[in-house]
Amino acid sequence: TKARETEGFFGRLKALFVGRSEIDPGLVDQIEEVLLTSDVGVKTTEALLEEIRAGIKEKKLVKDEQVWDALRRRARELLGGSGGGIKYPARPTVVMFVGVNGAGKTTSIGKLATKLKAEGRTVVLAAGDTFRAAAVQQLVVWGKRVGCEVVSGKDGANPGAVIYDAIQKAAEIGADVVLADTAGRLHTKTNLMDELKKVARTIDKALPGAPHETLLVLDATNGQNALQQAAMFKEALPLSGIVLTKLDGTAKGGVVLGICAEHALPVRYIGIGERPDELRDFNADEFVEALLGQADESTDAAA
Amino acid sequence: MFDTLARGFRQARNRLAGLTELSESNIEPALREVRLSLLEADVEIGVVKAFLSRVKQKAVGRTLEAKVKHEGETMQVSASDHFVKICHDELEAMMSHEGEPIVWASGRPTGLMMVGLQGSGKTTTCAKLARHIAKQGKKPMLVAADMQRPAAVEQLKVLGNQIKIPVFNISGKSPVEICAAAEAEAKKLGRDVIIYDTAGRLAIDEKLMQELAEIKSRVAPENIFLVVDAMIGQDSVKTARSFHERLGISGVVLTKLDGDARGGAAISIKEVTGAPVLFSGVGETTDKFEEFRADGMASRILGMGDVVGLMQDF
Ligand SMILES: Nc1nc2c(ncn2[C@@H]2O[C@H](COP(=O)(O)OP(=O)(O)OP(=O)(O)O)[C@@H](O)[C@H]2O)c(=O)[nH]1
Ligand SMILES: Nc1nc2c(ncn2[C@@H]2O[C@H](COP(=O)(O)OP(=O)(O)OP(=O)(O)O)[C@@H](O)[C@H]2O)c(=O)[nH]1
Ligand SMILES: [Mg+2]
Ligand SMILES: [Mg+2]
Repeated sequence: TKARETEGFFGRLKALFVGRSEIDPGLVDQIEEVLLTSDVGVKTTEALLEEIRAGIKEKKLVKDEQVWDALRRRARELLGGSGGGIKYPARPTVVMFVGVNGAGKTTSIGKLATKLKAEGRTVVLAAGDTFRAAAVQQLVVWGKRVGCEVVSGKDGANPGAVIYDAIQKAAEIGADVVLADTAGRLHTKTNLMDELKKVARTIDKALPGAPHETLLVLDATNGQNALQQAAMFKEALPLSGIVLTKLDGTAKGGVVLGICAEHALPVRYIGIGERPDELRDFNADEFVEALLGQADESTDAAA
Repeated sequence: MFDTLARGFRQARNRLAGLTELSESNIEPALREVRLSLLEADVEIGVVKAFLSRVKQKAVGRTLEAKVKHEGETMQVSASDHFVKICHDELEAMMSHEGEPIVWASGRPTGLMMVGLQGSGKTTTCAKLARHIAKQGKKPMLVAADMQRPAAVEQLKVLGNQIKIPVFNISGKSPVEICAAAEAEAKKLGRDVIIYDTAGRLAIDEKLMQELAEIKSRVAPENIFLVVDAMIGQDSVKTARSFHERLGISGVVLTKLDGDARGGAAISIKEVTGAPVLFSGVGETTDKFEEFRADGMASRILGMGDVVGLMQDF
């Protein structure tokens, strides 16, 4: 991924640092461009730039690198308490995955199951997408890969009922975690969002207090629509975190800055590929570095 | 939701209210608002700049006094109305295309190859296209050439079964081998269109991009469609450009337009590749598929369908 980063704006930014000891008059514009091309969005970008401009005006920021430091610090603040994985308050802990079509829910479940298994936890997968063609088979393949139980119903079955069964099964065999898949749905479809609320209620019936985590899966290639996704899924369900997928591409996923800040939602995991081991705990410092470039030794030397 | 997003553009109009002539300087605030609106619609930033400079060129010098007939009545068109119309028409021009969306082969089955990022909607679009084409009296065959995503072949088989279109695959073979064998199979079955479903991939994944290039050279499809999620952000241009440089895409299918994504990618991609958006995906089921309409999309991207509607009779 490092090589990929140098292709992107990270590489361009490095050039900005070198050999400057005073603030370049075009710096703010350059920062704006970096933020906008990373999908940070107009609103969040404006808010960030306003602070930077104020800092420059008040002479609190007098060097380029100070400006970048300030920006990185603010970006990390926006990400709030992001990082770390899920918690395990119960046995089984039930984790429900939701999101728009094709965001990476099923794959993220497969990858998280791989990770949990490696940590020594027993996992049951619940095939709660009974709608999409071959969604169940897709999860079943993941279950075989990981070596964990997959509970499924027939195509078109009630998703709540399938997850209910999976929770029972998990309790029976003493599993630690249930990862529940759901069908992808656009946040604008009221009936499908209502269905999701019903699924959550059924889960609570199977195990009071569950789901313990509800993760919104966001595709990092998405732009500003992700703001609407987060707002509407949050309105429907008590979301506990975000999984940001497809960060292995050239997209930066900058829209999460605004999402985390607005909804006080942490990013829990990032997806960096399709393979079982390509899910990572979110690390705010790393993410901000990939978004804005990093301050490194050569910068200090030059300044 | 559309309302809040449209604010930027309405504001642009307000900023021009009362002006009698559009000039280099008095149009600046309006252009800034349009810029914001387009960025919120996920139009790529470079494309936004190109768009604004064209609009500026066309708008400067327009005056208030123009009178037009609208539904039999003569009415005055304000400078700001002109501005709106210029924006709309320019956007529409940037997205429009002439002629049939599909290039048909003669003397052999027509090939359509679907490519794109992971999860963009390729497999679903294959089935939608097959159904669409079958309705025109043709006999398509689907080729499942995604041997990577778990159960991708089953997915296409389930969809093929729903629409009663045969699905070709050879288990254990590579995507290139499967695609290369498809034409013979189609001829055997008497099918005249072949739709190739390929695995999702990143444009920077050299190995997988090479695989697509090989498939292309083996089957020489008349049509290569880049399938793009309408929710895509600023990455649209980088992605489309890479796929285009590698494969020479002939068109774009914009999926998931049934949501509230403004879909700025529709203009960004055409601007950098020249490949027009040809079809829209508007739902998960195989019937939710339409030919793309540039005029509707221009209003959607600008976020002000109502105002533009008034202007149509110029
Ligand atoms: N490159 C990359 N691809 C990913 C990542 N996560 C998922 N994918 C791919 O994205 C595509 C969609 O992933 P799925 O897991 O099927 O997405 P989903 O949200 O379950 O989709 P639906 O159930 O259809 O709504 C698949 O091809 C995955 O392999 C990631 O982190 N990086
Ligand atoms: N709402 C909506 N969903 C769509 C549309 N087109 C595809 N989808 C959904 O998007 C998800 C991904 O679609 P696929 O056809 O599997 O995408 P793909 O590009 O083949 O994915 P990979 O093969 O994993 O790269 C599925 O849940 C589809 O049902 C559309 O126009 N509208
Ligand atoms: Mg899924
Ligand atoms: Mg597919």
